[in-house]
Amino acid sequence: MRRFLVRRLLLLALSVLGAVTVAFLLMRMIPGDPAQVILGDYATKESIAALRRQLGLDRPLYQQYLSFVTRALGGDFGSSLVTFRPAFFEVRSVFGYTIELALAGTVVSMLVGVPAGVLAAVRRNRPLDYVTMILALGAMSMPVFWLSLLLLFVFSFLLGWTPSMGAGGDGGFVSRLWHLALPALALGLSMGAMVTRMTRSATLEVIRQDYVRTARAKGLREGLVIGKHALRNAALPILTILAINFGIQLGGTILVEAVFARPGMGSLLVSAIYQRDYPQVQAVVVIFATSILLVNMLVDLLYATVDPRVRL
Amino acid sequence: MNATADRLVPSLGTPAVAARDSGALSTLRRSVSLRLGIVVILAVFAVAAAAPAIAPYDPIANNLRVRLQPPSSAHIFGTDDFGRDVFSRVVWGTRISLLVAAIVVTVAALGGAVVGLVSGYVGGRLDDVVMRIIDVLLAFPALLLALAVMAALGSSLVNVILAVGVAFLPRFARLQRSVVVSVREREFVMAAVALGIPRLRVLWRHVMPNCLAPVIVMSTVSAADAILVEASLSFLGLGVQPPAPTWGAVISDGRSFMQNAPWISGLSGLAIMGTVLGLNLLGDGARDVLDPTLRGEGVEARRDS
Repeated sequence: MRRFLVRRLLLLALSVLGAVTVAFLLMRMIPGDPAQVILGDYATKESIAALRRQLGLDRPLYQQYLSFVTRALGGDFGSSLVTFRPAFFEVRSVFGYTIELALAGTVVSMLVGVPAGVLAAVRRNRPLDYVTMILALGAMSMPVFWLSLLLLFVFSFLLGWTPSMGAGGDGGFVSRLWHLALPALALGLSMGAMVTRMTRSATLEVIRQDYVRTARAKGLREGLVIGKHALRNAALPILTILAINFGIQLGGTILVEAVFARPGMGSLLVSAIYQRDYPQVQAVVVIFATSILLVNMLVDLLYATVDPRVRL
Repeated sequence: MNATADRLVPSLGTPAVAARDSGALSTLRRSVSLRLGIVVILAVFAVAAAAPAIAPYDPIANNLRVRLQPPSSAHIFGTDDFGRDVFSRVVWGTRISLLVAAIVVTVAALGGAVVGLVSGYVGGRLDDVVMRIIDVLLAFPALLLALAVMAALGSSLVNVILAVGVAFLPRFARLQRSVVVSVREREFVMAAVALGIPRLRVLWRHVMPNCLAPVIVMSTVSAADAILVEASLSFLGLGVQPPAPTWGAVISDGRSFMQNAPWISGLSGLAIMGTVLGLNLLGDGARDVLDPTLRGEGVEARRDS
């Protein structure tokens, strides 16, 4: 276990360094002089020179890289070129919104996907199974932003049940929850399709095992066979799905936040790209990627801890 | 017997399942997905090829007298706020989506093939380093990576292709490498090496063909992904620039009119869904027909956008 842990932590450190490097390269990939690009065609020579100094572009490349890495690892990405506040603080102030959306989306996808997958597996090759699988394939093929718009149309405009935008930050807990409902549903349904397919195959695999046949042969009621013998053994793969799911959900939040005009890391990233606020883009990319890397590592550890079959 | 359902859901990897299901009937049923997928994709290609003939109007010509018209016989998908025919825009958008998907997958598959083949075949230190880099890149959701690249390069068709291609290359490299590593020690490769055949030739003639089936499956599935990521970039306003008719842009244009003119976004999204569904069916079918061992690697594992 210890060797596994050390190796996994090393990989994490390396990956975070990789994310920081990608963010650094981002600025270097800008065609031409980044300071000129950021300030536009009408900038004076002095202001360009000043910005170059501020971004450290006047120093040799390796120095730029080293100083970027050391500062970034300490959470210092410089100041946003738009708000002039530290880019790290800007990310921190919206971080919670994205995490809460990803968590809520994960919950929805499990609530939809696990029962649907188990049901489809139990009713294998019957109409219910086919319908579930066709729906799942259909939902997987929908762009999540389109699904979001459709839900918005039905629940906000047609039925008037839910608020259509924002996160309801000032309205207290209930308002915040209410604003979360549609975005979480959109994200959750989109992901739920995948969870359904994976749960179904995980359950199918277990149902074929000998001990399930034995339980049936003993004359146990089908509900008990599935509930007590099959599901318990399918729980592990399903747990893994849940965890992997969460990491993927984090990526999906970018589009959902855009549709519902929700604050969050995705919205921050997109607006920073629009405004050519490169320090802000770098900060979001690094923190976003690091969050996903952390979740992935936790999944691996969880899996290794829970499943005795994973040799450490 | 139970093939159809299995085909829809790749298992988490039990060859036993595949073995029990392999009867004549199941093969027939299994290919339903493949055939359906082929029909859908051929239809999409036909639309793209015949776009000028199918689209009733110019996709970018404004006609302010017919702004925001609901679907009718003159405009079956209605019109947008510039009076442009939504159906015509969707039809022309097919070309951009397919073009992006085709080039992205080709670039990513070829690039990934080179990286994966060399890394896997040479092995050792090089393999370690390359695979760690691939691991790091794989940790990024494709959309985040593509957005980062777009942020630096700016919006244009070429940059979209580059951005999505870069985002997709790692998965192909990983796949190729895993096949190469499993083939490298097999007798026929050893024999080829022992006969003194040059390394490159061994790679090309003996190792490479074994990678084809999984790569074909991965390509189909990645094409679906590429279409989704391209549409996402366009939807965020960071893809191919207006007034070019791309699917994501058409949906994005309709966003502000969701309340009063829901047909713009609502109907145009069907094009993406149909095409991606076709590719997913194709991928599911191809996986089972070409390579049962890949079950679970395809549609599920790739969802990182």
